[in-house]
Amino acid sequence: MNQPVITVQDLNLWYGQSQALRSVSIQIPDRAITALIGPSGCGKSTFLKTLDRMNDLIPSVRVEGQVLYQGQDIFQTDVNQLRREIGMVFQKPNPFPMSIYDNVAYGPRTHGTRDKKTLDQLVERALRDAAIWDEVKDRLKKNALSLSGGQQQRLCIARALAVQPRVLLMDEPTSALDPISTSRIEDLVLSLKEHYAIVMVTHNMQQALRVSDQTAFFLLGELIEFGETGTLFSQPRDKRTEDYITGRFG
Amino acid sequence: MKHTAKRSEQVIHALFFLLGMVAVACVILITVYLVFSGLPAILQIGPGPFLTGKVWASTAAQPQYGILPFILSSLAGTAGAILLGLPVGFLTALYLAKLAPPRIRALLGQAVSVLAGIPSVVYGLVGMMVLVPAVRSLFGVPDGAGLLSAIIVLAIMILPSIVKMTVTALNAVPQEYEAASLALGATAEETWVRVTIPAARSGIAAAVVLGVGRAIGESMAVMMVAGNAPNLPDSLFQSVRFLTTAVASEMSYSSGLQQQALFSIALVLFLFIMLLNALLNFILKGENKL
Amino acid sequence: MMMTSSPRRPLVPLVRVLSLLAAGLTALLTLFLIGYILLQGLPHLSWELVSTSPSYISQRVGILPDLLNTLYITLTTLLFVLPLGVGAAVYLTEYASSRRLAGAIEYAAEALAGIPSIIYGLVGMLLFSNTLGTSLMAGALTLVIMNLPTIMRNTQESLKTVPQSYREGAFGLGAGKWRVIRTVVLPNCLEGVVTGCILSVGRILGESAALLFTAGFAHTANDFFTALSSPGATLTVALYVYAKEQGEFGAAFAIAAILMLLALAINLLATLSAKFFQRRNAS
Repeated sequence: MNQPVITVQDLNLWYGQSQALRSVSIQIPDRAITALIGPSGCGKSTFLKTLDRMNDLIPSVRVEGQVLYQGQDIFQTDVNQLRREIGMVFQKPNPFPMSIYDNVAYGPRTHGTRDKKTLDQLVERALRDAAIWDEVKDRLKKNALSLSGGQQQRLCIARALAVQPRVLLMDEPTSALDPISTSRIEDLVLSLKEHYAIVMVTHNMQQALRVSDQTAFFLLGELIEFGETGTLFSQPRDKRTEDYITGRFG
Repeated sequence: MKHTAKRSEQVIHALFFLLGMVAVACVILITVYLVFSGLPAILQIGPGPFLTGKVWASTAAQPQYGILPFILSSLAGTAGAILLGLPVGFLTALYLAKLAPPRIRALLGQAVSVLAGIPSVVYGLVGMMVLVPAVRSLFGVPDGAGLLSAIIVLAIMILPSIVKMTVTALNAVPQEYEAASLALGATAEETWVRVTIPAARSGIAAAVVLGVGRAIGESMAVMMVAGNAPNLPDSLFQSVRFLTTAVASEMSYSSGLQQQALFSIALVLFLFIMLLNALLNFILKGENKL
Repeated sequence: MMMTSSPRRPLVPLVRVLSLLAAGLTALLTLFLIGYILLQGLPHLSWELVSTSPSYISQRVGILPDLLNTLYITLTTLLFVLPLGVGAAVYLTEYASSRRLAGAIEYAAEALAGIPSIIYGLVGMLLFSNTLGTSLMAGALTLVIMNLPTIMRNTQESLKTVPQSYREGAFGLGAGKWRVIRTVVLPNCLEGVVTGCILSVGRILGESAALLFTAGFAHTANDFFTALSSPGATLTVALYVYAKEQGEFGAAFAIAAILMLLALAINLLATLSAKFFQRRNAS
């Protein structure tokens, strides 16, 4: 296993009174794809959102425990800088209602890049990396909302890549897409792992099996099992993991 | 760098907080100003004589400051306006919400919006030139300017708010309620009367309260058609002054206790309005709880 | 078995007839008001009337000063009320974390919306005219308080419709709160701001009681900055003075016709802008 980029120790999280994560400890490897699976409401999305502190936006959330990103406590660092290095792709494609170009340039501009040439280069590279450049290069000034759902999601990935993050968090990135778009995104994710650590929540176990290197199984806020994907699916150590992946509950 | 970013965010947050508080500050400021400028005269005249005194003679050698005529005129004018305006407004709203074909609904909706947008002085002008002479010749009274003219003008002026609020309330009733009633064999009319209107009752009540607020607060149009003499409203044709017009008609040349008494009248009016606001809020909040 | 009808039943079919009658009455009333005002007013509308100031010497009535004052006071009011109202709405939807505080602010806005104009006139006189003198500025500031709830409420409605996913997307890229608001939230609440503006302009044009004692009723044509510090009548106040105190009914009806045309124009503008935004949101 590669060097861990994120180390989580004994993480507990509450929404008001109800506990959503129970002493989760996990090490996220660099340059690899980690899949988070489990039934809905098991805490996998909550866990993902904790990693770039998107849960800060919800007033009632309380967190205990430690999350280290490259050895630094994420709750002590500047949140905007953290989110720059740990990018996020959401379940439903959420491009801003502006041009394709402005969508991708939004991140770099946010972090102070103003130079037109630099921006052009960043935008092109991000769109190429997200495998959408050829489809949009002639209409960069068009509104991003005119793209199809699958294109919108790849644009959102490009938007996340444009700030040159280390880690990419993906919250069920293909659940709103058709099968063809889904397989394009999966190919893209596989090609991205050369450069990024990717953490992906998915409902689709075939998808976890197809793309991920490591898989973590969550149930009722607890991390039940975490290991190499092939092993976890073929020889689960925990009975509950086995029940889940064989479809006995879901 | 990190800290300056945080600092600027805090400054912006504080700025928006201040902007948010402007409305609260204005309400407090208005209340404080009215209480401080309105209370002295009430205390000097005495709350009893002030509120229940039947004679207002502010410029007499022996000035008298009784505002009962204004209170009663305001109440009579408002009650009359609701009595006339509510049935027409309510039924118009029912037509708009349930009966009207789409084109007519759009046109009539526009008409109601136009009605709402006509300035009070224009209502006053038409009232002066058309209504007052009409009342005089129809009823054979020496002057048509009086309570009845004021009531009719106010009834027309509150019509748009009653129509709009009621339409909103009627449209907010879930379709399923009506479907259930129709499925039991009730006619459309029975459904409106027995199901839709009762279900929309708090919205309709809110429309009435809103209309009362409009009517009791209107000044310019009333000033132009009510005759403006400080009489008790003992007949429909009596020349009367409302709380609002009592303030407006003497403000520009008043001073001393007379001016302070005008502020006291404004304070009384303000209390009426705040009471109505609380009532409106109560009605609408009650609806949300259901 | 036949059902026996309840005693209320005979009244029920009447509902249809009565509501048709009421709707007809409302429509006729509106038509009459528009028609009467335009018929009485338009013949008195002349280029001389709208391009001159009144003069006692030549016994001329002109409403140029009133037109200018109305324009000035509308612009000044919007200039102040827009940032205040939009800012307050942004605070309520984007910042306020305390429900009670937000509730208090909303209650205050409702209270402001319910206060009669004559009371605004009095308070404006105490607050602004006593410090700035009776002037268009004092009148405009009074109107700012009156129109605050309109701008606030419409902006707030519009802010609520900005999808949460826009905010998340921007935060997820590491944007700070203010940048998120400025780049993603505010540009998407234009509809509410425009609607609020149109409604406010309508209210400002029609307001009179709040201006009588704050802006006064002088009829001198001034440039913008002189006018702000001098007393001046708007169209509505001028109408009142001409009709009630000077018996100049021709001028009063001419102003009424202008006000009526403006009211119709504002209504049209509101409809058009609603259609425009509807189409834009659909595409």
